[in-house]
Amino acid sequence: MDAVPMSFVRYVDLTIDGKSVRVPEGTTLLQACQSAGIETPTLCYAENLTPVNVCRVCVVEVEGARTLVPSCSRPAEPGMVVHTDSERVRHSRRLVFELLGSSVDLSTADPKYLADMARYEAVPERFDTGDATGHGAKATVQQPVKIDNELYVRDYSKCVLCYKCVEACGTDAQNTFAIAVAGRGFHATIATEFETPLPDSACVYCGNCIGVCPTGALMFKSEHDMREAGTWDESKQAVTDTICPYCGVGCTVQLHVQDNSIVRVTSPHDHDVTEGHLCIKGRFGFQFVQNR
Amino acid sequence: MFGAGGGTSAYREIEETDLIVLWGSNARETHPIFFHHLLKGKQAGARMFAIDPRRTSSVAWADVWMGLEVGSDVALANAIGREIIAAGLCNTAFIERATSGFEEYKAAVEPYTLEHGEKLTGVKADAIRDLAHSYARADRAQVCWTLGITEHHNAVDNVFAIINLSLLTGHIGRFGSGLVPLRGQNNVQGGGDMGALPNKFVGGQDVEDPELRAMFEREYGRPLLEKRGWHLSEMFDAMEKGDLRAVYVLGENPMQSEADAKRTRRLLEGLDHLVVQDIFLTKTAEVADVVLPAAASWCESEGTVTSSERRVQRVRKALDPPGQARDDIEILAALARRLGTDWGAPTAAAVWEEVRRLSPWHGGMSYARLEALNGLQWPCPTDDHPGSPTLHTRLWDDPVTGPRAPFEVVHHAPPVDELTEDFPLRLTTGRRLDSYNTGVQTGGYTSPLRHGERIELSPEDAERLQMVPGEVVRIVSRRGSVEAPVKIDPGLRPGLTFMTLHFPDDVETNILTIDAVDPRSGTAEFKAAAVRVEKISVAPAAEPVGASTAERTR
Repeated sequence: MDAVPMSFVRYVDLTIDGKSVRVPEGTTLLQACQSAGIETPTLCYAENLTPVNVCRVCVVEVEGARTLVPSCSRPAEPGMVVHTDSERVRHSRRLVFELLGSSVDLSTADPKYLADMARYEAVPERFDTGDATGHGAKATVQQPVKIDNELYVRDYSKCVLCYKCVEACGTDAQNTFAIAVAGRGFHATIATEFETPLPDSACVYCGNCIGVCPTGALMFKSEHDMREAGTWDESKQAVTDTICPYCGVGCTVQLHVQDNSIVRVTSPHDHDVTEGHLCIKGRFGFQFVQNR
Repeated sequence: MFGAGGGTSAYREIEETDLIVLWGSNARETHPIFFHHLLKGKQAGARMFAIDPRRTSSVAWADVWMGLEVGSDVALANAIGREIIAAGLCNTAFIERATSGFEEYKAAVEPYTLEHGEKLTGVKADAIRDLAHSYARADRAQVCWTLGITEHHNAVDNVFAIINLSLLTGHIGRFGSGLVPLRGQNNVQGGGDMGALPNKFVGGQDVEDPELRAMFEREYGRPLLEKRGWHLSEMFDAMEKGDLRAVYVLGENPMQSEADAKRTRRLLEGLDHLVVQDIFLTKTAEVADVVLPAAASWCESEGTVTSSERRVQRVRKALDPPGQARDDIEILAALARRLGTDWGAPTAAAVWEEVRRLSPWHGGMSYARLEALNGLQWPCPTDDHPGSPTLHTRLWDDPVTGPRAPFEVVHHAPPVDELTEDFPLRLTTGRRLDSYNTGVQTGGYTSPLRHGERIELSPEDAERLQMVPGEVVRIVSRRGSVEAPVKIDPGLRPGLTFMTLHFPDDVETNILTIDAVDPRSGTAEFKAAAVRVEKISVAPAAEPVGASTAERTR
């Protein structure tokens, strides 16, 4: 067809940190900030998931608005005046990082997350009243690592309740709905139905929850075992993009290889075949090449 | 289709379509990431019909399930076509401008009334009417299928029957409207595109076309055979007749993957010479005269593969192959040298440049572009061509450019393996989510979802036969018998049973399947065997003539 229907795009003008910015209608403030070269920390946001607005790390100040607004989901509006680095924003971001960091173990978190915490000078220890005996906020959510299958482990002591795994398991990708948030307050956890072990749950082991987890609470069992044994070393790992060897869909898999062994498999979020998501065979079915 | 062996639409088109027909495909388990795209279409409001004898986990997402009799797909398609014509819902302008053979088609489908269709397929006339009207009236509609269409003795007829519906309604060659055959295996699309077919050179070019052959003869500097070769099933027939005495198998396990396993074993073992090139010592390799250990193509070597949406993508080396295993290209070049031709030491990139020179589909696909664009969809003839997410858009040119798309008259032909008193149950086969083909690859990892081979029975049949879950029973076909534990699946209707091919070392399902082959595609009817299921405690009934008792590999 020669005649391609014209699409009419309307543009929105706004001001961010004193800069004039023009973006297509429907653009979020987060995307507008990115287009203006302003880095905004995020936690529960992922480009392949629908924003759930739970972490409040990405908040910005909009003049005339009563509260800070989450930039990941708030669309840009004409004439908006936005501040991303005001005292109020910095204070709020810092506090959120400190509260989250005080209650969970961030030892395996995404380095980007830890860098953002440092950028906002967050000191989680301010809120962790714990002492040497381990009493305190972290101790409240402390629990043993759940190891109930050979493919992946769940360490909810590291969970910041960002909901990403729930989204990936639900309508944003897998549509299996094996997990949800159960309980309230300090007792809130990500859980299967009736907290059954994974093999008794609806889980289909696509590992798409692992793919979006920012703190390492969800982890390949191979990675968990290597960390336990002290052999996990990302400085010795190379990541190679290739195509899954199973069905004919052609999913891009990123093989994380250490010492000539695949130790983890991911998929790029910005690839329009997978959008970062895989199935059990693509995620975990690689073992046959290293049963040498 | 219409001269191009590939699906017509990019995956993302299903996200913006209005009607989805999933026909003979359990994509939820067999193509899970394509199903993600399909579900986005559902979430955006598309209506979905699922045509499958089994009520699978894919069917669970459909608005309408059409549980047809195994092998009645042509009858169903013709009944849909007849209803579209009878209701005056054809896209007449499209038919007149872009197609040929409509009058013959119209006459041929005339007997397939809704009532007759219901009788042949077991699908209620109202449901057939609903699909016919919904498909014809939709602005955009996609028909997706898998091996439920192609693993039949009349596989090509099945595909033609579906193509006819797209021509009748103009659901072809437009964004969101098309035909999506999901390829069962990684790079089965690319293998065909590269000329690993008995009648094609690279780029879908016919070996019997003198002009095209001359181009290849110039490139290779030597005369080439003028006749097409044999496809897989013809090769086995030639082995039977003694015309084929030596076979070179690359990356396939026919000993366990072919229908009628006993015949396959006899023929492969009877060869003068068998060479197997594989990453494993498969059951086929075990009977080979020479085994050439190969590197795993997807992670131990460089190259490209092509997906079901015709997207050519790069595969890259991430691991060193073990022991003496070598890259496929290296093995082939070494073999050529022994046979008297020095190809040097070609790299995957050098071989790809040859493809680009010779194939009109791939000319514009440099490695640099494939890297930068996450792959390109053929045809992509030149360096400035963006690739072709949607095929056959030319059918909408006015007047149409190139040849018209032909209707093909096809008729219902039930499965070859007839149901009788002795063999009253229909056995169909398929995959489960966590496993793949003969399990050579998926056997390497531990899946919490895996429970080994089982014969799945409907609750009604299980009750009638007094069988309980886990009970080991004997499954007998005209070709042999195997034993497997029972699983009861409420998604099966009475008379239908299901097994996989994933665990041939434990249960050799292909002892049961029939090698009734479509002569045009060479695909066997894995989807329709006639069986009976017996309790083991009861003395087995007399074996049918020509079949022996259970033959298990261990």
